[in-house]
Amino acid sequence: MKAMTREEYTPVRNACKLCSPLGAAFVFKGVANCVPLLHGSQGCSTYIRRYLISHFNEPIDIASSNFTEETAIFGGGANLKLAIGNIIKQYKPELVGIASTCLSETIGDDVELMLRDYKKNDPEKKQPEIVSVSTPSYSGTHIDGFHAAVRSIVNSIAVKGSKKAEHINIFPGMLSPADFRYLKEIFNDFQTDDVMLPDYSDTFDGPLWTEYQKIPEGGTAMKDIASMGNAAASIEFGRILAEGESAGKLLKARFEIPCFSLGLPIGINETDLFFDALKTITGNPAPEKHIKARNRLIDAYADGHKYVFEARAAVYGEEDLVVGLASFLSEVGIIPVLCASGGKSGHLEKKLGEVIPDLKNKEITILEGADFMEIGEAVKTSNPDFLLGNSKGYKLAREIKKPLIRVGFPIHDRLGGARITHVGYRGAQHLFDTISNTIIALRQDDSPVGYTYM
Amino acid sequence: MRNIQILTERKKQIYHKGEEAFEIACEKKSLAGSVSQRACVFCGSRVVLYPIADALHLIHGPIGCASYTWDIRGALSSGPQLHRMSFSTDLQENDIIFGGEKKLYQALVKLIDMYHPNAAFVYATCIIGIIGDDIDSVCRRVTREKGIPVLPVHSEGFKGTKKDGYKAACEALAHLVGTGSIENKSKYSLNIMGEFNIAGEAWTIKKYYEKMGLDVSAIFTGDGRVDKIKSAHGAKLNVVQCSGSMLHLAQIMEKRYGIPYIRVSYFGIEDMSKALYDVADFFKDNLQITKKTKALVRKEIVAISPEIKKYKKILSGKRAAIYVGGAFKAFSMIKALRTLGMKVVLVGSQTGNEDDYKLLRDMCEDGTVIVDDANPLELSKYCLEKKVDLFVGGVKERPMAYKLGIGFCDHNHERKISLAGYSGMINFAKEVYSSVTSPVWQFVPGRSGAYKI
Repeated sequence: MKAMTREEYTPVRNACKLCSPLGAAFVFKGVANCVPLLHGSQGCSTYIRRYLISHFNEPIDIASSNFTEETAIFGGGANLKLAIGNIIKQYKPELVGIASTCLSETIGDDVELMLRDYKKNDPEKKQPEIVSVSTPSYSGTHIDGFHAAVRSIVNSIAVKGSKKAEHINIFPGMLSPADFRYLKEIFNDFQTDDVMLPDYSDTFDGPLWTEYQKIPEGGTAMKDIASMGNAAASIEFGRILAEGESAGKLLKARFEIPCFSLGLPIGINETDLFFDALKTITGNPAPEKHIKARNRLIDAYADGHKYVFEARAAVYGEEDLVVGLASFLSEVGIIPVLCASGGKSGHLEKKLGEVIPDLKNKEITILEGADFMEIGEAVKTSNPDFLLGNSKGYKLAREIKKPLIRVGFPIHDRLGGARITHVGYRGAQHLFDTISNTIIALRQDDSPVGYTYM
Repeated sequence: MRNIQILTERKKQIYHKGEEAFEIACEKKSLAGSVSQRACVFCGSRVVLYPIADALHLIHGPIGCASYTWDIRGALSSGPQLHRMSFSTDLQENDIIFGGEKKLYQALVKLIDMYHPNAAFVYATCIIGIIGDDIDSVCRRVTREKGIPVLPVHSEGFKGTKKDGYKAACEALAHLVGTGSIENKSKYSLNIMGEFNIAGEAWTIKKYYEKMGLDVSAIFTGDGRVDKIKSAHGAKLNVVQCSGSMLHLAQIMEKRYGIPYIRVSYFGIEDMSKALYDVADFFKDNLQITKKTKALVRKEIVAISPEIKKYKKILSGKRAAIYVGGAFKAFSMIKALRTLGMKVVLVGSQTGNEDDYKLLRDMCEDGTVIVDDANPLELSKYCLEKKVDLFVGGVKERPMAYKLGIGFCDHNHERKISLAGYSGMINFAKEVYSSVTSPVWQFVPGRSGAYKI
């Protein structure tokens, strides 16, 4: 194993990360009747909208407080107020989710203080809820903005109810709409209620409209978020997340709600832990349907194991996604020869060690805080058979003439990014079939005779 | 759509032709809380300079601005691909406190040593001035040390609108123009300005000019090269398209070198032909040029006419909405859509000025809605009210159109299909046809005849 981090300063060349306000916007779009508002320049909102639209192919409205030169000198208070007022007038939201930007943070705008002032003028609470999260783009990446926004919402909205409820809180992290729908199906099959935050399964993957929707239908209901304060338990995905502050930990500290901190349930091993947690919390056995899906998956593993055995994968993306994918790859015999992330939590190596048996003695390169040029250089020695990650790796895949299997976010060069299932037995089935078939297709194409049986 | 209410402050930026006296407010900062389709100053600079393929483009600031503009334009290069890389100083919390000049210097030196560009552009993002970085002096130092022009672009996002970004880009280009040799420049040479070679469009246009017997000195900035830009002052005429982005540079060059400019558009048969004739008219002392131009236009129109007629037959009477960055493009779009027999019922731009909107008013029929700096709610409202069949716009408008069951044609800088010139008109017609008449719209919920399960 080889872990590499940069020592001397090099500029970033083709970043493998995005800025933190983007992550916060993701989360706010997953709350029912919420309008995200970025406190900064117009460009922040527009660029992030465009970036999301190119992945989801959905209308995505993100408002801006639209800084001017005067705002930058005298502070953004007046603009923020005006923006909130205009959003309320036009959208009539239940929640305005404010994320700061590098600009507002650098000039020292205290959004919390501004909001306290704003709320003073609304003693009867006729206005919608307003939640703010600090997301200076110069610290952390989009995934940090994502988790910070989840935590901020829970911090402001969740309350302790009069009696203990039986529902389970689920903080899934930055997964796809298809993942979210599947997770809800699992909870349903366990005959338990869940509150999932965020839930952009409908807002980012919705139907055509019969009439214009100011805010697309779907998202976690505000009253459900409030009830997170008296849930039976919380489940939170992300082994890296487990090392830092999180919404689940906050609920545990404040309301003594037990928190099951798990890895992203990608592959059988990590999904089993998720199902075990559900069994423990609900007292119910694993539903037959899912046991059958698991059995079929193992059957597929058996059918395909030789094709993928010791195949070499280069995996990149958010750290928790990389850990989840590496766990899955390892359990089917694929070597994640390169595990890279633009994130830099300092925990990637340790967490990979938890899911890859005998990591230390394996020929695996780990890159934290990496950009795509560094990934490209590492690939030269790791020599992978395929790349596994978002569409931004396409340039590299094309250069080294290896297939790219698209997962995660963003997928800007294909349809259906919202419909990829990564998690659970179903997600593993999809990943296993896709990867196996990619490898089989390569061999078939390389064959001088082009055989028609495997 | 009674439920979509127009914000009071926005009402002045919307004009209903035939229903009210003409008055439209424009060239304003976007309203806070209104979801503008505009971007920022940085975006304006970035799109203009982006296609210069042998220059280093370094974005000085936190990571976002660089991530969101990586390989974002469909601007093709016939040689180097350096412009398709995304470089950022990736400023961190410590740099915000102690300043980012040192990192900027190191980044420039490293990247110049690595990629050997012929020039470098340094884009200042929002916080650069605020943290006190003097990028001008860093650029001067690296220019001295590395022997290539290193140009600061003052594109702090909040310091105006996208138009101010165009201007900042023009200022940076103006530093390059005039530093190269103009020996052996032809009497019949011109610069193509405001043409970004999306899907190879600049190459199409360049070929037309060459067929007319003219030399193309430099293209600003499609398939752009630093050396060509340096020597661009040797041309006799600047031909400016997309006037919003490059007019400022044309004016600087007129003042500094006495090079006149004309404004053109290469979209649609009418405007494309007018552009070529206007240029020929400028060089009218050479009768050969006029003769060749006439022959060229005739040949091209004859070649595409049968196919255009075929599409027109199918598309006649369909209703279109146009929302574009610069208003100049909207003029051409209206004409091009008319060529296809279509009617424009909603038209708007992010950055038009009063003269632009007056011209739009004169071009449009009664009942047309004209909007400045619109937001998605307004665009949707009028698309539904006006029963639009096609929306011409950019990526941000696309999902909105589709959600409402409306066809869409991408006319923004990310598209991969050439829409300029005569061949471009055929592509445009095909694009419109393939979206408007697709059978998938039969399933749009609520539409008459749609099956309800």
